[in-house]
Amino acid sequence: MKVDHSLPLEYGTKQNGLNIFGFWVFLAAEIMLFATLFTSYFTLEHRTGSGPSGTEIFEIAPVIIETLLLLTSSFTIGLGVHAMRLGRKKAMMTFFVITLLLGLGFLGFEIDEFITYIHDGATLQTSAFTAMLMTTLGTHGLHVTFGLFWGTAILLQVKKRGLTPETANKSFIFSLYWHFLDVVWIFIFSFIYLKGMM
Amino acid sequence: MKVKSALLLLVLTIATVLTGCEPLMVLDPKGPQAERQAHDILLSIGIMSFIVIVVFAILIYVLIKYRASKASPDYEPPHIEGNKWVELICVGIPVIIVTYFSIVSVQSNNIVEAKPIKYQDKDPLVIYASSSDWKWHFSYPEQNIETVNYLYIPTDRPIEFKLYSYGPITSFWIPQLGGQKYAMSDMVTTLHLAADEPGEMMGRNANFSGKGTAENTFNVTAMSEKDFDKWVKDVKKTAKPLSEKKFDELLKPGHLGQMTFTGTHLKFSPAPEHDHSPSAKPEEGQTDHSKMEMDMDMSDHQNHE
Amino acid sequence: MEFFERFAIPNPSLAIYASMVAIGLTVVAIIAGLTYFKKWGYLWREWLTTVDHKRIGIMYLLSALIMLFRGGVDAIMLRAQLAVPDNKLLDPQHYNEVFSTHGVIMVMFMAMPFIFAFMNYVVPLQIGARDVAFPRLNALSFWLFFFGAMLFNISFVIGGSPDAGWTSYFPLAGNDFSQHVGTNYYMIAIQISGIGSLMTGINMITTIMKMRAPGMTLMKMPMFTWSVLVTNLIIVTVFPVITVALAMGTMDRLFGTHFFATTNGGMDMLWANLFWVWGHPEVYILILPAFGIYSEIISTFAGRNLYGYKSMVASMVIISALSCMVWAHHFFTMGQGAVANSFFSITTMMIAVPTGVKIFNWLFTLWKGKIRFTVPMLYSLGFIPLFVIGGMTGVMLAMSAADYQYHNTMFLVAHFHNTIIPGVVFAMLAGLTYYWPKMFGFMLNERIGKWSFWTLTIGFCLAFFPMYITGLDGQARRMYTYSEATGYGPLNMVSFVGAGVMAISFALIVYNVYYSVRYSPRNIGADPWDARSLEWATHTPVPEYNFAVEPQVASSEGFWDAKKKGHALFPGKVEKIHMPNNSGVPFIMGAIFFVLGFSLVFSLWIPAILSLIGILACMALRSFEQDHGRYISVKEIEETETKLRGAK
Repeated sequence: MKVDHSLPLEYGTKQNGLNIFGFWVFLAAEIMLFATLFTSYFTLEHRTGSGPSGTEIFEIAPVIIETLLLLTSSFTIGLGVHAMRLGRKKAMMTFFVITLLLGLGFLGFEIDEFITYIHDGATLQTSAFTAMLMTTLGTHGLHVTFGLFWGTAILLQVKKRGLTPETANKSFIFSLYWHFLDVVWIFIFSFIYLKGMM
Repeated sequence: MKVKSALLLLVLTIATVLTGCEPLMVLDPKGPQAERQAHDILLSIGIMSFIVIVVFAILIYVLIKYRASKASPDYEPPHIEGNKWVELICVGIPVIIVTYFSIVSVQSNNIVEAKPIKYQDKDPLVIYASSSDWKWHFSYPEQNIETVNYLYIPTDRPIEFKLYSYGPITSFWIPQLGGQKYAMSDMVTTLHLAADEPGEMMGRNANFSGKGTAENTFNVTAMSEKDFDKWVKDVKKTAKPLSEKKFDELLKPGHLGQMTFTGTHLKFSPAPEHDHSPSAKPEEGQTDHSKMEMDMDMSDHQNHE
Repeated sequence: MEFFERFAIPNPSLAIYASMVAIGLTVVAIIAGLTYFKKWGYLWREWLTTVDHKRIGIMYLLSALIMLFRGGVDAIMLRAQLAVPDNKLLDPQHYNEVFSTHGVIMVMFMAMPFIFAFMNYVVPLQIGARDVAFPRLNALSFWLFFFGAMLFNISFVIGGSPDAGWTSYFPLAGNDFSQHVGTNYYMIAIQISGIGSLMTGINMITTIMKMRAPGMTLMKMPMFTWSVLVTNLIIVTVFPVITVALAMGTMDRLFGTHFFATTNGGMDMLWANLFWVWGHPEVYILILPAFGIYSEIISTFAGRNLYGYKSMVASMVIISALSCMVWAHHFFTMGQGAVANSFFSITTMMIAVPTGVKIFNWLFTLWKGKIRFTVPMLYSLGFIPLFVIGGMTGVMLAMSAADYQYHNTMFLVAHFHNTIIPGVVFAMLAGLTYYWPKMFGFMLNERIGKWSFWTLTIGFCLAFFPMYITGLDGQARRMYTYSEATGYGPLNMVSFVGAGVMAISFALIVYNVYYSVRYSPRNIGADPWDARSLEWATHTPVPEYNFAVEPQVASSEGFWDAKKKGHALFPGKVEKIHMPNNSGVPFIMGAIFFVLGFSLVFSLWIPAILSLIGILACMALRSFEQDHGRYISVKEIEETETKLRGAK
């Protein structure tokens, strides 16, 4: 593989450039996916049937914690990529581990949130609104879950193989993915929780 | 060129049939709305045929003139990038045609989506037409009667159909009175029609709704206002009242003949509440059946825009 | 016993049992054949594990042809049932299943793979690349499509076919009104192949944006490549929408949610909206590559450059943008009111303008040309007038007030077949004939090809033009029968005859393949059509690395420049070439997706979870695997080149 050293490591080979470009296109598709979910959510928001509405089930505290966890993790993965560019493998790995732990914490709170909803009588089957809420949150949550496995796999590879053009490329793409999930969460926070509680 | 001439012949045949002896149902309107639609259809067929003929003519000319078997063996076709003016014309003419059609289309939309202009000064007769697998129920709240699978309407009076469904989406269509509209389970749609002359017509569900769709038809009879009033009187004298139990039985999937009742099902099974008119705001999910029954007393005013 | 009852067909008939036997026998025959001729290894090494875009393209092509046959048989059954009034050939349930599967198969499993076949085969060659950007992802795309299609097709013999139309409108498609598992198949099979399509979209965009030959700027790309780029942009934009819609529909059916149900706040119109937000651009996903193929063919056989290149590109971009703003014209009758209908009516009609520009540009490309009437050219020339008729009826349908009368009638059916058959199917057959020599090293017989073109065209006119008339006479679509009193009988009989003639045409195409395999000369050279773009600049058969030396171009017709103007197409010298390794993972992953889909259809949760884990394991395997591909040495390349040059 030809490595172009004038570029950052993650862009170093031709295939690396293709991977990053392709992943941006994939993120465009992901934006459409979440846009569709949001549109459907807004359509079904008030169609609660005999079930509860958003105002009745949303609680601010766990949502704020989830938001803080995820926003911080986006910051730490940024630091991780920065460390990677400086070639500091250990620092990079530490930041990635912190990121994944924060993500795990987020997931824990989200699962707890779902359990509370079900306890409050807002299940997947209750109404179009609850189903849509859980699908939108769940899609994001599944993305985070997948990200945890993916991130772990990358960490293991970095640990074993060091910072090669290949592992750097994977780590960088993973950071794009993680930032994207953060952006989606900001939309969820504003347009589902805040809007729903007002 | 066989196919080209065959095609032309076919287009001509279509044109002949369209204007020929036995008129096609949609082009044989019996009311103002269908008339407008038939007018739009014929207008567009006319203009479109012209364009089709122009394209055919250019194509045939080019194919005959520039075929390789005619050209000399050392003829080298030139390199032509494109010409601003030629392309401007290719854009301009379609734009003009589309603009014209857009204007017609917007006008027609406003006409067919409102009370027929011809009968503007008359009060509409409101008929609730609801479908169930695979029947049509017609409720006349004003007359307080209900029919199944047949529809009597007075001529020269606007009719306002309120459409909804006890099941899959269906489409209420009386080709000779005017185009269709969907009947859906969680909202009421409105279709404005009117009949100009007495006569019998075909009506049907045009939207696929399962096994019995093909037979999901009804007969429409338009009659003078006097005959209509007489029919209403007769019904009131002879027909049995529609009970809730009877109605539930009618809703079961299957086919029924024509039936007549006094009273309507609107009292115990009112129309859904989401009115899908642009002005109506989404109400908070009240489609649930139990809720619908609780809100029964609201059913009188909610479906008037 | 109870466990197995779910797999039974809910509405069995002799025809279904017969096809069960036929399918069983075919499978046995294939397995026996492969074993007898010891071809298992060959199949696995050369095809199932391949990541070569050319082979993947050919596999798409074969699948599309098989699906064309299946969808065509459906079509014949439909026309046969309607040929005479009050016909008893099919009962309503069967009729409903047949038209539902006909629609899904023709759109999702015939037209889509057909265009993917050409995208895969032609685009890398046309832009002078060695492969697509992500060869292994490309293989995965194919196998997801393939197993999605297989899953959909077994619905016919296991559990029952979908019966709610290709649009599967809720609540009809919900559990209340469609109890057997047919619609589950619909939701899940389309989902699986849809994920494959989305990946192809990402792959093709990256390939075209990043891997073009030196000198090929965006405005110097061949028209087909442009059409593929625009198409894949649409794919990436709208396929996520159907992904969400299908997921919601699946949850309604499997988990009892109420997205589209009639109770608890569900909204049936949401499905219709989401479906068509994807569904309308989907028809442009099919037609734009077709336009690209016509552009290539018309310019080749007119012996001229494509007229109005820039306006051709602009019109495609405009069409793709407009295509996402017209979806509600599929349900003008849903009661959105005059204002919304007027908006969608106008945006729909606006599409006629860029489309008109394209038609005129093709006509002007013929102008001053030297037109050769080969089979691909005949299809392209037949396309122009027939598509203009289809387009014109499209404008008629776009007038929403009048559409109240066309909607749900045979007029509509006639319209969209009139655009899809001359538009897409003709293009696919034209492309098939045009690229056949590049793919297989010999030409299809021209005489038989002409016969199949004429029978197809005549059959098409007979089959679909009468529907315009019966539609205006009030014949609704999707009705399994009609009474004699309606008077629809004679014209429907004409349609049936037309369908028969079309069947003859497809039989002729199959015969043509057989005939040409046996009798066509093999020494045809690399450029049998005297064509203009890069895919004809390499050898026939195309070596696995496509081009020994990376080509350099100065216009959209690099090869033509090289032939006529002495342009140096291959200025560099041979270097070792990096190629990706074959992999069995995409095939295995596709197969696991099949198991996952099947388990979900029948709510078999344990195998579903196991296969989900299997899929994740495949992805993990790919992540940890270190595969840097392989190099083809200069010596090997030179040997291949000499051999291929000698074969000319």
